[in-house]
Amino acid sequence: MSFDYSKEIPIIEGGPKLADIDDVIARPLDTRPDRKFYIALSITLTMLAIGAVSLGLTFYYGIGMWGNNQPNGWAFDITNFVFWIGIGHAGTLISAILFLLRQKWRNGISRFAEGMTIFAVMTAGIFPLIHVGRPWLAAYLFPYPNEHGIWINFISPLIWDVFAVSTYFTVSLIFWYVGLIPDLATLRDRTAGKIKKILYSIFSLGWRHSNRHWHHYEMVYLVLAGFATPLVLSVHTIVSFDFAVSVLPGWHTTIFPPYFVAGAVFSGFAMVQNVLIFVRKIFNFEHIITINTLERMNKVIILTGSMVGYAYAMEFFTAWYSGNPAEQFVFINRAFGPYAWAYWTMVSCNVIFPQLFWFRKIRRTIPYMLIIGILVNVGMWFERFVIIVTSLSRDYLPSSWRMFYPTLTDLGILTGSFGLFFTLLLLFIKTLPVVSISEVKSVLEGAQPSHLHNGSEEVISHSSNDSGVNHA
Amino acid sequence: MPDKIIPEKILYSVTGIFDHPDEIINAAEQAEKAGYKKYDINTSYPVHGMSTAMRIGPSKLSYIALVFGLSGTTLALLFMWYVSSWDYPMVIGGKPYFSLPAFIPITFEVTVLLASIMTVVAMLFIFFKLPNNSHPLHDTDYMKMVSSDRFGISIQASDPLFDEVKVKDFLQNLGAHHITPIYFDESEISVKNTVFEPKFIGFLLAVFFATAGFTYFSLNYILAWGPFNWMWNQHKLNPQKRSELFSDGFGMRMPVEGTVARGYMPYLYKGNQAAASKYMINPLLPTKEVLSMGQQKFVTFCSPCHGYLAKGDSRLRGQFPNPPSLHSEKVRNYQDGDIYHIITEGQNTMPSYAKQITREERWAIILYLRALQRSQNAKETDIK
Repeated sequence: MSFDYSKEIPIIEGGPKLADIDDVIARPLDTRPDRKFYIALSITLTMLAIGAVSLGLTFYYGIGMWGNNQPNGWAFDITNFVFWIGIGHAGTLISAILFLLRQKWRNGISRFAEGMTIFAVMTAGIFPLIHVGRPWLAAYLFPYPNEHGIWINFISPLIWDVFAVSTYFTVSLIFWYVGLIPDLATLRDRTAGKIKKILYSIFSLGWRHSNRHWHHYEMVYLVLAGFATPLVLSVHTIVSFDFAVSVLPGWHTTIFPPYFVAGAVFSGFAMVQNVLIFVRKIFNFEHIITINTLERMNKVIILTGSMVGYAYAMEFFTAWYSGNPAEQFVFINRAFGPYAWAYWTMVSCNVIFPQLFWFRKIRRTIPYMLIIGILVNVGMWFERFVIIVTSLSRDYLPSSWRMFYPTLTDLGILTGSFGLFFTLLLLFIKTLPVVSISEVKSVLEGAQPSHLHNGSEEVISHSSNDSGVNHA
Repeated sequence: MPDKIIPEKILYSVTGIFDHPDEIINAAEQAEKAGYKKYDINTSYPVHGMSTAMRIGPSKLSYIALVFGLSGTTLALLFMWYVSSWDYPMVIGGKPYFSLPAFIPITFEVTVLLASIMTVVAMLFIFFKLPNNSHPLHDTDYMKMVSSDRFGISIQASDPLFDEVKVKDFLQNLGAHHITPIYFDESEISVKNTVFEPKFIGFLLAVFFATAGFTYFSLNYILAWGPFNWMWNQHKLNPQKRSELFSDGFGMRMPVEGTVARGYMPYLYKGNQAAASKYMINPLLPTKEVLSMGQQKFVTFCSPCHGYLAKGDSRLRGQFPNPPSLHSEKVRNYQDGDIYHIITEGQNTMPSYAKQITREERWAIILYLRALQRSQNAKETDIK
């Protein structure tokens, strides 16, 4: 095979015109949902209902409905929390970090990934609330002057978590909404429905596509991306502090922050890749979310997957090198103890299978990448399970060792979390533009001025017939 | 009715449309060259190089981010210092009250949160003056075109150089098409105050009643729903409640016969004022503390009937059998023991105050009463 490296691969394929972009992206919003949509929605709503019933039982009878018991104070609840927060990280990485790195291929997928971030964080946010047993008392987590005259403990990683997750959610929501404003304005000007028009008018705030506004808008987008980048790194770092700051063998590790962040991006990219495969197929976005884009995502997956694999190895090395028998026991117990099946599921899904992406063919073939993406998410869920449960179930005191077995309620809540995430995603797909109209337009071929202006010398070429801006 | 006056249409701007990004950049440069100040370029995505062409300086919004970010840092640190070192100092994990490394995560999050929110708020509401859905450009063909795939320029009538014919020529020369004037809508000019419209007031009332009703309902009913109802229902008998266990049905039980309450001291001169008068001596001295305690207890327990000055002229006069003045010859000649006995056992309609007033307080009241008696019946020699 030979490649022509002198030519840049177009980000949007097929050379569509600007107006085509509006039509393609707005089509899911203009058409009535079809049967497939309702079938999908009924499946996710069923899952959501299972979760709701399980949660209702938990609220009524208490945390005893779960498999958690001493010494396994945390199990599925925090596993799910870390899993979902991790899923969210891909969205911010795509929208903020890749924006700062001027990776234009992100423009086609950033909106969708940001939406996934918000839904994943919403899903994740449920778990810290419910694992306290009385979620209606969660307001105590915030520092407000109260009748007890006491304050929260600012030195606790659990409080850092509250601040990190709520900040992350707020900033992601703002970032997402700021990106939506111009698109909502475009939709406002093309829609025929009266109610739609009112809604779009309200939420687009009367945006006029003015270049005096774009000027500030681009600056703010840059500033937000600049804030979101360290923020996304801080969030999973702080989540890892929940473990690393404790003294439990297997948790008390300084490698946790980078290891967690890499794992979060890893699982998040796998999830975004999985869902995009369906979205681009169903809504005919194949030329916007191209196979090249998916391939680049797979490259990120192999990079972060290797980082995660390195962290697994380094944990073992550190345990051996530290000479600490408790630490060494935990890691041998992980690999060969009663939870060995979970450990080897994690290793094979996270370290071994993603390495298949070294083959260009696998990286660019939809069914293969779909399967590997699913495996990565399974593996990453098990990673959190292994970290939490194996460490807790066998800690310093052998007399209180106990196995953790999930109950039906545990499994129901896990199912419900997927139900909530995908329900929100399906509603998002039908109500808002899942691809950023203005960002995709700006990277179309010929959408930008074809020359650089330098003072008096002006070379205006009107001969660009091959450009996307062709109003024939 | 008089004929409705149709106001003359007021021109907002003249607009022109271009098809190619190169043309719009050129148009912006030419508009700058021609000296127009109040014009705008509308494109559905940011066109590279437009800020340079329109000669707009760098956006100042990054300074807003800086200012609010630093405010967030300062506020977070000050707040955590106040909470952890000042208002509720607590040693946690052997760390100092103000342990900066452990405060870094929250400081960082608050910095990012405040800066992000305020930058966006400043951009949307202060810089852009949004939301504004009544701008003249809205709902025009011009806006529909630039919103999709065309590139528009709009030169405003408020520009000092504006001249409708000249501007149209200017746009014509640049190669624009769809050159159209944009007028203000009537509703955009005459903005009426709609705050006092019945509809709006009705809406406010509806919101008020809905919120109040919901709050009432949740505080009074939802919070009492099981399984967790703030421990309002407990398996215990409250005072005055019926018991099914005992045959007499009383939830509150009498103590066993012969029970002595903690701190109980029997009164030796029950029904024997003469003995009390003879043998009891006030153990307290009329110090300032004792007198002020006596005054407090006198005001609380004695003054309702006997009056603040013990003249028997209280605010209850006429509603009860009149209490006697304590300045009579008889009372002034009482021994302390007599008064103590009367407070302890009561006299005529006066009930016993033994349960309300401790022994020590009774003696203090007596000392205060003596002071009252002396002040109300002062002799000339007292002044000296």
